[in-house]
Parts: sequence; structure tokens; C-alpha cells
Amino acid sequence: MSLERLPRDMSDNGPVQIRCPVLNVRRVDAYYAITVVAPGIAERFRSGQFVSVGVGGDHSSTLLRRPFAVHDVKPDYGGTVEFLFSVRGTGTAWLAERRSRDLLDVVGPLGRPFPLPRDPVNCVLVGGGSGSAPLFPLAQSLRRRGCRVDFVLGAASSDRVFSAITARRIAETATFTTDDGSFGTKGRVTDVLGRVIEEARSDAVYACGPMPMLRSVTQVAGDHGVPVQVAVEETMACGIGICMTCVIPVVGEDGITRMVRSCVDGPVFRGEQVRFDDVGTIPFDALGAPGWKGSSAARAAESTRDIA
Amino acid sequence: MNADLRTRLGSLTLPNPVVTAAGCAGSGRELAQFFDVAEIGAVTTKSVMLEPRAGRPSPRMAETPSGMLSTIGMQGPGVDVFLQRDLPWLLSRGGRAIVSIAGSGVAEFGELARRISEADGVDAIEVNLSCPDPADPSGRHFADDPAQAAAVVQTVRSHARSGLPVLAKLAADVPDVVKLAEACIGARADGLTMINTLRGMSVDTRTLRPAVTGGMGGLSGPAIRPLAVGCVYRVHEAFPEVPIVGVGGVRTGTDVLEFMAAGASAVAVGTMNFSDPSACARILREFTEVLEARDVTRVADLVGIAHRTGM
Repeated sequence: MSLERLPRDMSDNGPVQIRCPVLNVRRVDAYYAITVVAPGIAERFRSGQFVSVGVGGDHSSTLLRRPFAVHDVKPDYGGTVEFLFSVRGTGTAWLAERRSRDLLDVVGPLGRPFPLPRDPVNCVLVGGGSGSAPLFPLAQSLRRRGCRVDFVLGAASSDRVFSAITARRIAETATFTTDDGSFGTKGRVTDVLGRVIEEARSDAVYACGPMPMLRSVTQVAGDHGVPVQVAVEETMACGIGICMTCVIPVVGEDGITRMVRSCVDGPVFRGEQVRFDDVGTIPFDALGAPGWKGSSAARAAESTRDIA
Repeated sequence: MNADLRTRLGSLTLPNPVVTAAGCAGSGRELAQFFDVAEIGAVTTKSVMLEPRAGRPSPRMAETPSGMLSTIGMQGPGVDVFLQRDLPWLLSRGGRAIVSIAGSGVAEFGELARRISEADGVDAIEVNLSCPDPADPSGRHFADDPAQAAAVVQTVRSHARSGLPVLAKLAADVPDVVKLAEACIGARADGLTMINTLRGMSVDTRTLRPAVTGGMGGLSGPAIRPLAVGCVYRVHEAFPEVPIVGVGGVRTGTDVLEFMAAGASAVAVGTMNFSDPSACARILREFTEVLEARDVTRVADLVGIAHRTGM
């Protein structure tokens, strides 16, 4: 396909698919971190977006791409992208065995990024386990805008709290919690979040991690009258919006609940728009739920809604 | 030398035989970020229903060896939005549209066929016979009963614009796929698309519960390809004059050749779009390379070639 014939949809900030050489694979506590050389992805990337990676090679029996939040983007070699993962199955085990110069099939950047404040406000970034990963490039972006950044990072145990040193370096304060008390405060991120919001006079909360954590963080932020942006970690097959497997119930600006795709409509949502209690169900009042009787206004709104 | 890639599905001529499979490409908009949708044979759109549908609760998907199990439950915006938003987008990009329809009853199929026929620019209608018949309490699909499948196809044919090709999409997990094909052809289907996903299950060995909501899901991917090729072969053998769109685990250009040799006139790419968003463009490129290597000048000559003796 010649460059002149690129369809209009291949825009400068849309995702690209690249065979990327691996720069390095390293252990970070309980996780692996892979850095790939991917200039096209690095230059388009905005914090909160993710990449999807093919696993097992071209003839693999493991067909589905693995989605990973981007942990770091650097200008080296024209642009590198780093993502973190833990070995959970055959796909991630294969990834952990990659070596420098191996090629990976990477698509990105995917999804909607974190919206950034226009003014230099105070932001608290809350992460659970590997969900902390996308908060690091976000912290850098916020710092460049003159925002105050405070971290609250939680995990099951000390070896699953990663980049504690980086967090301390970037942020005004960094508070850590572990379920077993092996590092920082024993307990959950939400046990300390209210205090951090008050002490830092936070204006905004950003969170990424498991759904129950995001639910509690949204609750705490709401109790303090602070807006919250959450990045969800749903399982998905395609990452680009065609397989419809990663849907969650989200209330739109128009008050209508829709089953939206985490990959392209998210992964970042305003916390109060996600119906956390109904994740894993089809709420009875969701658009198109069994017995749903939509108003003609709702349908008209649907036809003009942008699906990109 | 460039081979003549054109292929025919009844009265419809496609510029090449690589199309997308229904439900694996949306209406082409997302994949258009990775290749030009006008360059492939056609986009078969996700099955459209009369009303908006929220689909099934998650988990909707489980990975299986060389495949996946899914249960989406027909999530979609309904035919109004499809006609106002999705179809015009595809046509504006020069894409050819095979519109898949799914009714929750025979009458609804007729209504959908009428609505789709009224839209300008549709190239064919594909009838999704693998959706549950609400009149049947056992939850069976229309495709499970050749007579029911024929009733649906007949209704679609009578409501569709004359001259608009109607393709019946067949399930393969039925007692006799040739009988099902015969019933659909008798109901004046212009062509057949085969096969749909196969009903299967995956148990999560951590929770010891079925991995997808509702237990059963549709199995797709290269794991089902030999079964799909076998169905295409048998049906082409019985009805050599009826065009077939072959579907099931197409991953490479060589797989397109395989389906065409078995009797397919066009070949749809499904699950591999999830795995490789450039799959359709890549597979078309690989297919043309295969043709060149074999000195094939007309792809139409390949259709059913595996049936001919003395080759």
C-alpha cells in the first residue's frame, strides 16, 4: 500500500501495528518489564493508553493479543515503550522468555488517555499492584504542567509494590499500603487515601487497578468532593473495539447506561460514570437490555454518537 | 503477471475473494485504522437486529487452543443506527457491504430484509441462522431445523429487493449440513456462508465454573478450520453451482487457497482480525503471492478444484 493511498482513517494519532525489536527484558520485583523500540507508538502515546502484544509467534496456538498499560516512554532510539506484566499463563510466560533483539508484534497506542487539567492543580495518583504502571507517565505529564503529584500505591505484599523509589522521586509524597503489612501501612489504599487528599489539598484523583479498588477509590474521592478518573483493567480479545468482549456498564453524559467497550471507550472513565456494582451484569435500564424500551430521544442520541 | 482476482457470488462480483466475517469486524471502521477497507473484497458487517441489544453479561470470552470461545449475545445498536451511522460510513470509504441480519423471529427477519433493501449501496444480505428461535423453548437455533431455516430464508428473499443476493449463513453443528444447505437453496438463497461458530464450553479450572456466561459459547479460530473446509467441500460437491463464502479459522493466504479449492468462491476472515488487525490486508497480499508462485491467472478457476479428478 503506497503512502499516497493511506485512507483518511489512518490518522497521525491513531494506533499503529509495528514489529518492534526488544531492547531489554528485566525483572522489577514480582514483575517483568519489557522495553521495545517503537517510535511510531512512542510519539503518539498519551498517558493512560495501552498497547496490545501478540504472543507465541506467528504460528502460535495462543491467538489473542495481551493488553498492557504503558509504564514508560523514552526518546532513546527514536522512541521506546516499556510495559510491565506478571507471568500468569502461557502467553506471559513466552513474553518473559524474550531476549534483546527478538521482534514483538505490538499495536498501540490504544484507548482514551487520562484527561489532563489545564491548570497546575494538586493530583493524587492511586494504584493497585501492576495497575500502578500507567500512573508513572501520567505523573510526569502532570509535573510538566506544574501540578503537585502525590502517590498512593498499594499491593498484596512488598514485592508487588513496584517503582517505590521512582514514585518517591517524582511525587511530593508517596504513601504505600500492603495487605500483609510487609511494606508501608498495613491495609488498603482507601484506608489512607482520605488523609492524603486532605493533607495534599488534592483537586483531582487518578486511579488504576482492580475493579473493587476503583469502586472504593471513587467512593472516597466522592466523599471528599474531588473528581476521579479511573483506568479499568478488563480482559479483552482485540483491544481495538471489534470483539465486544470487554464491555462494562457506563452512564453517559445523557444519563443513559450503555454497555461500552473498555478498550476504545475507555480504559479511562470518570469514576462516577462507571456502574461498579453492576459490572458483570446487564443492568435492567441499560440501552438494549432485555425488556428495555428506549425513548426515541435515546435512539436519536445513539445515532449521532461517535463510535471512534 | 497479476492474476484476475475477481470472484462471483451470484449476481455480485467482488474484486477479490477476501472478506470479513460477520461479528469480527464491526462495520469496518476500527479496522480501517490499519488498512484500506476498500481494498478487500467486502466487509460483512456485524449482525444487525431490529432493536438495540445490550448483549450478555461478561465474561464473554475465553481463549482456547488455536481459537476462542465467545458469547456476545448480539450486542448492537439496532437497524436504525446501523443505517444512519455505520453503513454510510463504510460506503463513504468505498467499502462493499454484505449486511448480516439477525431476527428474533421469522417476521423480524423479513422486516430487516426490507429495511436493508431500502438502503442504497448494500451489496448482499447475509442471513444469520445461528440465533435462538424465541418460539422454541429449548433455545435451539433456526439452523438446527432445516424447515425453520428455510422459512427464514424464504421470508428474507421475499422482502429483499429483487436482484440483491441473499446468503444463508449455516451452522455446522447440525445433524446434516448438506440437508440444511439444500433447504436454504430450496428457499431461494443465492449463496451460502459457512460455517458459523460451533457451540462449545470451556471450564475455568481455577473456579471450576464455565468460563463464559451461560456456559456454552461459540468456538472460532483455526481450531475449527478442517471442519469448515469439510463442510464447504461436501456442500460444493452436492450443489456445485451454488456460490459459497468459506469461513472458519482463516489465518494465511494459503488458507484462502484451501477453502477455494474445497469449493468456496470467497473466504471470510473472522477471529484473526482480533489477533492481527491487519489480517485481511495481509492475507490478501499472501494469497496473491501464492497465486503468483503457482502461475494461477484467474482465481475463479480455483473454485472447487480439489473435487476434479486427474489434478
